[in-house]
Amino acid sequence: MAVYISDAGDGRIIARLTGEIDHHSAHWLRMDIDTAIQDRSPKELLLDFSEVSFMDSSGVGLVMGRYKNMKERGGRVVLANMPEYIEKVMNLAGMDRLLNER
Amino acid sequence: MKKPSNEMKLIFPSLSENERLARVAVGGFISSKNPRMDELSDVKTAVSEAVTNCIVHAYRDTVGLIELTARLTEDGVYIKIRDRGCGIEDVKKAMEPLFTTLPDEERSGLGFSVMESFTDSISVKSKPGSGTTVVMVKKLRSRI
Repeated sequence: MAVYISDAGDGRIIARLTGEIDHHSAHWLRMDIDTAIQDRSPKELLLDFSEVSFMDSSGVGLVMGRYKNMKERGGRVVLANMPEYIEKVMNLAGMDRLLNER
Repeated sequence: MKKPSNEMKLIFPSLSENERLARVAVGGFISSKNPRMDELSDVKTAVSEAVTNCIVHAYRDTVGLIELTARLTEDGVYIKIRDRGCGIEDVKKAMEPLFTTLPDEERSGLGFSVMESFTDSISVKSKPGSGTTVVMVKKLRSRI
């Protein structure tokens, strides 16, 4: 599990998540993403799930936490490229109504 | 003679790296049933949630053993996950969607909701001070 963070210009950053997201790995992902938010103060954080092979509700906690963090700074979170099984977990939490999807 | 059903038992300490071990073991175990991808993913997710609950809640601030039993049935899989941890005061409350005792740790409160929606039945038995047993049953529609 790793996250690759890149600058997309116009105050946007892209966090490309890879591997499996569970309670064990969410801890490290949270630290890496929050460090990037702290350092770069983006207006938009795009979380790219295209290379995530597994996710349980710990991933929902991860997204909710980043949503809160970005909102406090006046920014927003966008979810992108979610495989069907990830969308299923996200929708249980009503994340589809809370966040923007691309 | 009736063919004996396949069964496995896995006992491991409540370390977070074992969340993966548990779901991968069950995923491998049910593969002989030739499940569909979405069924395999549902089972792995439900197991991951149950084991995470043991680690995060049952054995909070301590490490104890988690016992996982899986058995293939005629039309699916039976999974039992048992801990000897702190137990749950109010199981009904704990199973409410978005209820969590640990919001500061970014727990979404969706563990039981995921287990309920991703399996066909779930039963939770718990006694404060003695531990919790979660039993889940999932039908697997084998492919032709």
